[in-house]
Amino acid sequence: MKPTEYFAASRLLIVAGKGGVGKTVVTAALARAAAMAGRSSLIVEVEGKSGLPRMFGHPELGYDELVLHKGGGTDGHAEVTARTITPDAALIEYLEDHGLSRISKRLVSSGALDIVATAAPGIRDILVLGKVKQLQRSAAADVIILDAPAAGHAITFLRSARGLMDAVKVGPINTQAKDVLELLEDHDACQVLLVTLPEETPVNELVETAFSLEDQVGVGLGPVVVNGLYEDYPGLGEPAAKAAEDADVSLLAGEAEALDEAAEFRRHRIALQADQVDRLSEQLPLPQLTMPFLFQSEIGPDELDRLARAMLVGIEALDVDLTLGEGS
Amino acid sequence: MSGPTGDETLETLVREREIIVCCGSGGVGKTTTAAVIALQAAEAGRKAVVVTIDPAKRLADALGLDGLTNEPSRIDGDFPGELSAMMLDTKSTFDDLVGAHASDDEQRRRILDNSFYRNISGALSGTQEYMAMEKLYELHDGRNSGKHDFDLIVIDTPPTRNALDFLEAPSRLTRFLDHRLYKIMTAPNRGVLKAVNMAAQTFVRSIAKVVGADVIDDAIAFFQAFDGMEQGFKDRATKVEELLRADDTAFVLVASPRRDTMDEATFFAEKLAEGGIPVRSLVINRMHPNFADGLAEATRERANSLDGQAIGDLYRNLADFQLVSSREEDHLAELAETVAPAPVVRVPFLRSDVHDLDGLREIETYLR
Repeated sequence: MKPTEYFAASRLLIVAGKGGVGKTVVTAALARAAAMAGRSSLIVEVEGKSGLPRMFGHPELGYDELVLHKGGGTDGHAEVTARTITPDAALIEYLEDHGLSRISKRLVSSGALDIVATAAPGIRDILVLGKVKQLQRSAAADVIILDAPAAGHAITFLRSARGLMDAVKVGPINTQAKDVLELLEDHDACQVLLVTLPEETPVNELVETAFSLEDQVGVGLGPVVVNGLYEDYPGLGEPAAKAAEDADVSLLAGEAEALDEAAEFRRHRIALQADQVDRLSEQLPLPQLTMPFLFQSEIGPDELDRLARAMLVGIEALDVDLTLGEGS
Repeated sequence: MSGPTGDETLETLVREREIIVCCGSGGVGKTTTAAVIALQAAEAGRKAVVVTIDPAKRLADALGLDGLTNEPSRIDGDFPGELSAMMLDTKSTFDDLVGAHASDDEQRRRILDNSFYRNISGALSGTQEYMAMEKLYELHDGRNSGKHDFDLIVIDTPPTRNALDFLEAPSRLTRFLDHRLYKIMTAPNRGVLKAVNMAAQTFVRSIAKVVGADVIDDAIAFFQAFDGMEQGFKDRATKVEELLRADDTAFVLVASPRRDTMDEATFFAEKLAEGGIPVRSLVINRMHPNFADGLAEATRERANSLDGQAIGDLYRNLADFQLVSSREEDHLAELAETVAPAPVVRVPFLRSDVHDLDGLREIETYLR
């Protein structure tokens, strides 16, 4: 599938996964990949502080809206912007938009916000999603990439629309919930990408999450992103002593052991990872995008470009029918 | 008094403290670390219980249990002490707490049946943290009532980004339950307060316009039903906080060596320090192994000079691990300084996932 098609106009990609699987890195790589394909992207973060700006080479600062990567250069790359939408800010903005700016201030100062949010659970989530829908409608960018809340919150977050429609039967919140649900259920306009590591527990959790999301939310699931795969080097199966002899180089004392141990470790992990990727394919009939493990351990602009290119290769290989519309 | 002296190893904490709180951000192996600490205590002859609140039942996997209940269950194993585990059930812990503080069965029932109340356990932020602390208190206090006799309680915590959220959870909830607004909402609409009430009710009506009147009615009914129980909750919250700050309680910070999680852990440790709680030990899970001394750059140069041959690949692989390992040590150095003099425990990247007691034992060898 052509990346320009994948990052089609006014599409919302929701990136979700448990803590520690690299959800934010995947979000950044997707945005960068879209930019490389000439599509502008807007990253929406809902949890405040993250390492996102640093991946694009920006000093890490709190921000409302930030251009992470300028487009329009000779390379044909498009722009990447990011903005944070915190739930409380979304609620206040919502009330102000509905002519209730006087009570919005009082809601905060009196602490009644907590009561309202408890009385109607999911209200914060629905307002964040409502704001995202508004951005999508106003065509704020070709593609909007939402870095969903971590941990088990992703399901709660995405289920908030349905839950609220039951709890609040009339009024503007009900309308908002309906509106959001319509977007989530539109598989052409909105897709959820689940992120995992090629390890046992994360794979189990991803499979569970995928089924819950399809059953309880009715969202369209896009390809699964498997993050942190070790790349294989063809020479790793060769004993160091023999490989050195073949190349006519001499090894220092202890060097052969170190090379062999390191090679053995990597081969072992590659085999374990392959098992988990296979298990994931068996249990979840969704296409996979893979991202390599980066030994730099810190993602800067160069590393991000590498990940984005890996993402583009994966997207090119996707089967159109599997990822769009009624296919899922 | 026992300030961290630097020579107080994690093993000492495991042998001597009564409570160990494992904290840190999500996905760093906190649950597994908590289970290993409890196992270590059982192997040292203590009666240990590990409380997890992770909904993914990861601890259950690691301990080979099918499911955990809201009460501790014993795990069979070959150790001189005892090992028990439980999974926190936020809602039933809250229900029990309401039951303990309600003046009669009628009040208890009115609260438990209220839909606003049912939302609290699922939707109010901090409830899970508070109930974890409440369960901790209950297990600790059980020694006085004879209900439990654990020497060590190890508690896993929700993946909170801000440590203070979790320390303040009990007082936040009691503030919520003692909310001024509800007093205005539920006060009789007469006398000198009438004018205040008129304004308040206009406010409540505005909120009702947005979220619906039913929803607000439920909230008011809840606060009415709850009336009179605030003091009991407040007293309990104070006791829970005292327990967290007691000398016999130790906080263990768990992190993984990635730059972003290290940053989060540093932030967490700083917030704990602001709250007057020192980190007694730092556990770093999943450190990559390093197979050779020397600089990654030098090894990579050698790999490049031998490009296209097996030996080049072998050097390139070695350089990868030298690089990741040195980067991880760099990130760790900053965090270690923040929590100094707390000792740092490094747990290497294991060859396979942990799914049984033997897997936990393998990690245990690094926790000494």
